[in-house]
Amino acid sequence: MKMKQLAAMAVTATLAAGVASAELVIPDLSYRTGPYAAGGTPFSDGYQDYFNMLNARDGGIGGESIRILECETGYNTEKGVECYEATKGEGALIYQPLSTGITYQLIPKATADGIPLHTMGYGRTSAANGEVFNWVFNYPANYWDAASVMVNYLLEENGGDLSDKKIALIYHNSAYGKEPIRTLEELSAMHGFEFTQLAVDHPGQEQKSQWLQIRRERPDYVLMWGWGVMNQVAVQEAANIGFPMENFIGNWWAGAEHDVTPAGAAANGYKSLNMNRIDASLPVFDDIRTLVHDAGNAAGDGSNMGSVLYTRGMYAAMLAAEAIAKAQEIHGVSDVTAAMVRDGMEALEITDARMEELGMARVGPAFSVNCQNHGGSGLGIVQQWDASAGNWVALTDYIAPDMSVIQPLVAEDSAAFAAEAGIEPGCL
Amino acid sequence: MSADFLYGIEVIINGLMAGVLYALVALGFVLIFKASGIFNYAQGVMALFAALTLVGIMEGEVPFSHLINAIFGTEIHHFGWEVPALLAILLTLVVMIFFAWAVQHFVFRHLVGQEPIILFMATIGLAYFLEGIGDLMWGSDIKTLALGLPQGGSLWVEDMTSGLGGDDFYGFFIDKLDMVATVVAIVLVTGLILFAQYTKQGRAMRAVADDHQAALSVGISLNFIWVLVWSLAGLVALVAGIMWGAKSGVQFSLSLIALKALPVLMLGGFTSIPGAIVGGLIIGVGEKLFEYMIGPLVGGATENWFAYVLALIFLVFRPQGLFGEKIIERV
Repeated sequence: MKMKQLAAMAVTATLAAGVASAELVIPDLSYRTGPYAAGGTPFSDGYQDYFNMLNARDGGIGGESIRILECETGYNTEKGVECYEATKGEGALIYQPLSTGITYQLIPKATADGIPLHTMGYGRTSAANGEVFNWVFNYPANYWDAASVMVNYLLEENGGDLSDKKIALIYHNSAYGKEPIRTLEELSAMHGFEFTQLAVDHPGQEQKSQWLQIRRERPDYVLMWGWGVMNQVAVQEAANIGFPMENFIGNWWAGAEHDVTPAGAAANGYKSLNMNRIDASLPVFDDIRTLVHDAGNAAGDGSNMGSVLYTRGMYAAMLAAEAIAKAQEIHGVSDVTAAMVRDGMEALEITDARMEELGMARVGPAFSVNCQNHGGSGLGIVQQWDASAGNWVALTDYIAPDMSVIQPLVAEDSAAFAAEAGIEPGCL
Repeated sequence: MSADFLYGIEVIINGLMAGVLYALVALGFVLIFKASGIFNYAQGVMALFAALTLVGIMEGEVPFSHLINAIFGTEIHHFGWEVPALLAILLTLVVMIFFAWAVQHFVFRHLVGQEPIILFMATIGLAYFLEGIGDLMWGSDIKTLALGLPQGGSLWVEDMTSGLGGDDFYGFFIDKLDMVATVVAIVLVTGLILFAQYTKQGRAMRAVADDHQAALSVGISLNFIWVLVWSLAGLVALVAGIMWGAKSGVQFSLSLIALKALPVLMLGGFTSIPGAIVGGLIIGVGEKLFEYMIGPLVGGATENWFAYVLALIFLVFRPQGLFGEKIIERV
């Protein structure tokens, strides 16, 4: 009898301890090794540092501490899936894989498992249709928004007329790189510019043929969908052939500091999109510096703070934290589940006032999410590299994409996916 | 002359230059395979490691600083000095020679007499080990290689040739870095050939390449020759790392340049230095010309796969490669 009582007490104590130590589990599918580490490391540093700051400053979110589960993917799709399988059982609330390849593999898995995916500015663009992709979110912007923002910027630069212009797209020959083609073809037909495409094979170390072609054909503008070494080589090759750098515009995955620094002064004037503003004097960095870095809990060595991708990782973490807080508010519990976080993401509303309150004023645009729109506002800025100062300078305010072009494409692609996967569109 | 024809010539010239860069990587494979029968999977990573070490030494970085800081709670990153490029290259060579000794002493000395596939597997392990050590020593961020190598198209060549065609021909584009790489490759190959022909160690190296047992019987130290060969492969890796790193910055994707060497080896043979050079040139010109003429019809990005198709065609008709030793099986 005594033994039974002791056993019962032990079980009760264990359960109580379990409840007391409930945590918000957030996997970080990072890549700090391999050819894409230069991009993966600062993003992951910003992602983790923000959550660690919330733990230190606020005791987590809504009183629940955050537990980060870092898993190294090496930007390899198979390893990414392994990381997902290895961490989902821990009570994972949200995944941000930072890879279009991994995203495509995780969409059916996460949907079946009931865990939300947030693919911010990457992944499957038509996931913006929340009625088909109930568990996938790609706010605040996606690839097709980026393509349209680029064209809208060029329209602005050319007095609203691109009809006599030649625009070339140099892209990573992968699912990621091919994403903007359909949109740019539509925009080419709409605005009358000549559109050519140049594919670069992985990893992109050798691009001589593509840049010789650009030199021969003399397009007015070159747009780039690159990642990893492709970006650095493209910037160098553009400088080598004397292409005007101010007419060379990369997307937001081709606009970090390390994409331009290897080319030195030759990269001066290169432009790129950005979905997040950068500002080293943001108050949130003070909190991270004091509560995380100075306390010896930084995810990296602290050198990436304030960079484009560190800021984006921090911004991604903030959006996840806000969604969790929203879920806690909706369901009236602090220990939320993945399904509740999905509800929080679908009801998310980011305002300028809230961004300022969080110490990151205007890092991202104001936007709201609902069942029909998982894609946010689609806004992006254009920034330009100042090689002598060694920093990016924002050239524009947030530019809106042309939704009259993008919405039908999203509807068409998501409808095809729904038919193929046997999904009956609707809200959860 | 028509612009199309002239641009075709431009593509061939640039293909030859690209071929030289491929050959630089392939040379390292050939040196080791010829002397020891080992297909060194780690050659690409050696190029990465050598370039990382060169930048680290030049910039006065403290090796393993992240590890040291994490363990001891320190904040050290730099020694506070910068090393001149030439001295840094020499110091990097010393590191690569030490690496060659360590590889021989700790790995291959224990694998003498093993099947070639075992030796190949060992080099796979070596590649991942070296990549990890490179990351631990110097970090994974992209580094700028500030050796002052010239970059960009030669305006002189462009001006001199722009009159050859009409208004739609803009003169030949030749990258100055590719010109430097060509000169360096010529000097390197000439040096290697002279070393192999006219020095005692070079002759010993050739003797080992011809017949291990016979070389051993006349008193040649296999250990010494293999360290020598791995050191030479380290030198070639350093040169390749510098040339490729100057294009893209020194970063971990440099290890993937080995993929560019494989079709060169298939075509030129695994045992011939001239084969690596000629193979590199054929692959460089072939893939660039195919991309120029056929690429636009099939959506582009043909270079990676066409290089292998070209190599396969050669392989079917000449399995030992263009300059490889003829395979004779006596029964």
